[in-house]
Amino acid sequence: MTNLSHFTAVLLFALFASTVFGITQRETPRRMFRYGLYCFSLFVASAIVISWLMFLIAR
Amino acid sequence: MLYSQKGMATAPIKTAAGKNPPQGFVYLPLIAGWLFPGAGHFLLRKWGRGALLSVSIIGMFVLGLAMKGKIYTGAQDVLDMLGFVGDLGNGLLFFVSRLLGLGADQVQVTTADYGTKFIVVAGLLNVIAAVDAHNLRTGRKSE
Repeated sequence: MTNLSHFTAVLLFALFASTVFGITQRETPRRMFRYGLYCFSLFVASAIVISWLMFLIAR
Repeated sequence: MLYSQKGMATAPIKTAAGKNPPQGFVYLPLIAGWLFPGAGHFLLRKWGRGALLSVSIIGMFVLGLAMKGKIYTGAQDVLDMLGFVGDLGNGLLFFVSRLLGLGADQVQVTTADYGTKFIVVAGLLNVIAAVDAHNLRTGRKSE
């Protein structure tokens, strides 16, 4: 059984999902890469922001 | 009443991408892509894209199983039904896992809940990839 931390799971999820989004939603390799990077950044950034919000609400 | 088509515009029908309509069974990449992640792109000789899609989707599915994620076997309520539909998107990965009895029956630890979501999302991503292969085949997507 794999015991990943929550953040590692988020990173892996973001990596795989961004790869598929980049390839399927854009047409040229350059635009695929840029869109994949954009999606990855949004996934990770939103996870961090929401985590902090939940932390502050729970206090 | 019959009209002569002589002199009329009789150019062959073209797709949005400006290519001639595809010949043969256009749903083959869609079905192959659903059954095995990336296979639709492999059929269209998009080796790099197919490999990346394959690694991403299979990687996500395997990680989900490694985290003791649950594979939905039926639908007891609406959420189970949605999860089951998502799992079905994995194609052969889902059926083989069911046959081999992989995946947990019940979610008991936190990481297993993440694993369950990994498996469902892998299925949904596989559907997106299969539709992309279909769009490439029909010419709706140019490259």
